[in-house]
Amino acid sequence: MALSVTFPLTVFAPWRSLTNAQVQRAKWVLVALGMLPLARMLIGLPLGWLGVNPIEFVTRSTGTWTIVSLVVTLSITPLRNITGWVWLVRLRRSAGLITFFYAALHFITYVWLDRFFDVNDIIKDIIKRPFITVGFAAFVLLIPLAITSNNALIKKLGAQNWQRLHNLVYVIAILAVVHFIWLARRNPIEPYIYAAIFALLFAARIYWRFKAK
Amino acid sequence: MLIRRPDVILPSEITDASLFHGRRDWIRNASAMGLIAGLPVLSACSVEAQGMKLAGVKPNPQYVLPDEKINKAEDFKNYCNFYEFGTDKSEPPVLAKALKTRPWTITIEGEVNKPKVFDIDELYKLAPLEERVYRFRCVEAWSMVVPWVGFSLAELIKRVEPRGNAKYVEFVTLADKAIMPGLRSSVLDWPYVEGLRMDEAMHPLTLLTLGAYGEMLPNQNGAPVRMVVPWKYGFKSGKSIVKIRFVEKEPRTAWVKSGPSEYGFYSNVNPNVDHARWSQATERRLGEFGKRRSLMFNGYGEQVASMYAGMDLKKFI
Repeated sequence: MALSVTFPLTVFAPWRSLTNAQVQRAKWVLVALGMLPLARMLIGLPLGWLGVNPIEFVTRSTGTWTIVSLVVTLSITPLRNITGWVWLVRLRRSAGLITFFYAALHFITYVWLDRFFDVNDIIKDIIKRPFITVGFAAFVLLIPLAITSNNALIKKLGAQNWQRLHNLVYVIAILAVVHFIWLARRNPIEPYIYAAIFALLFAARIYWRFKAK
Repeated sequence: MLIRRPDVILPSEITDASLFHGRRDWIRNASAMGLIAGLPVLSACSVEAQGMKLAGVKPNPQYVLPDEKINKAEDFKNYCNFYEFGTDKSEPPVLAKALKTRPWTITIEGEVNKPKVFDIDELYKLAPLEERVYRFRCVEAWSMVVPWVGFSLAELIKRVEPRGNAKYVEFVTLADKAIMPGLRSSVLDWPYVEGLRMDEAMHPLTLLTLGAYGEMLPNQNGAPVRMVVPWKYGFKSGKSIVKIRFVEKEPRTAWVKSGPSEYGFYSNVNPNVDHARWSQATERRLGEFGKRRSLMFNGYGEQVASMYAGMDLKKFI
């Protein structure tokens, strides 16, 4: 018997329509959750939660939360298709900006606490070390996306141009995973888990694209 | 009648105070559980060795670093690379608790006239225990300053009389699947094997290490016996050694087998030769905010550079 699933799934029907106020509240919940990792670092630093090498902890943690936020951002569309909760899309901008926020913290941690603003060292790193090259590229590509994440600029660019620009997020996700794989210690498992998640999220999009035709 | 008395009481023979005071509790609990007959008594005798104070340790004034601050013991105990217990530094302090360091033997074999199996407690008596403060530089570009306890490996080597064709020394470390979850990973070819050239092994800096911070080595730091070779990257200093072999050919070390492009047999600290993915020019001393310039041979160049005279250190990495 052929398995046939119709999206959106009916179990999610009850929460399909939310009022503006409810969506707004959901947005604040998302932002508050997104700030928890930062809060943990700020509170934990003086309390010794970050271990013997706190700078290494901050470097790793900001990187991890960048990629986790990116997973959340890219999960919203598939989740909307599965649940039929159209309002989810209105949380996507917040998720995307949280991603940029952690990416910026990650970048600043490197520039400041690892390289101590030594421009020569940084340029050498970007040229010589492939994992830094791709990580830096991912961060640079995120900047225009963050800048254009507001209604005024969407209007100015036009929806189609804006969408074309924001398709860069797929390139960024690939660069971010490659950055993680290349920097990780031997036999890394964690970056491949993210690679698999992104592959799944991409596949879901391709599936719906074909179905729509 | 001659009454012989042992001149030293080995630290490992001293019952830990908490265990001593807890013995009645133990007996009470064990008998309550109906376990007191037979076997369990043996387990009451097995004393946890790690963390016990080492008696009669003399600081060696030749190996002090008056200008450097010794790292906190907490740094030392909680930041360890010991892949047999997991590749994350937070894993060994927890998982290495399963390591039993008594009984323990170290087999000396290969090209020697007097091969021997040492009981770990014999090693404590082999030579006077010295405290030596060394810089410890990890290949991952962090460093610590640690007061190790032990004696020059040369002391042991002299006693087993290496033959003329013993050109290298190979250190084989424990690989016990029952207690080391890291062995399930193929990250390295187990057991972890390291090695030194004979002159390096005989160098007075090369320390057969039994303790640190005045105590027996913590399990996660390579109890009961490890190497410390301070002018080389930390991974050259094998932990929890079970066998020392004297061989004619350069040993194939675990890291050379797994990543020949990264480092070779020598792995001397060298700020001028980068790792494939990061620079070795600087390092982060744990506990410090900024980074330090790394030193050639980790600052031990005066003592060791002559061993590498005429060798291209960009090639022999």
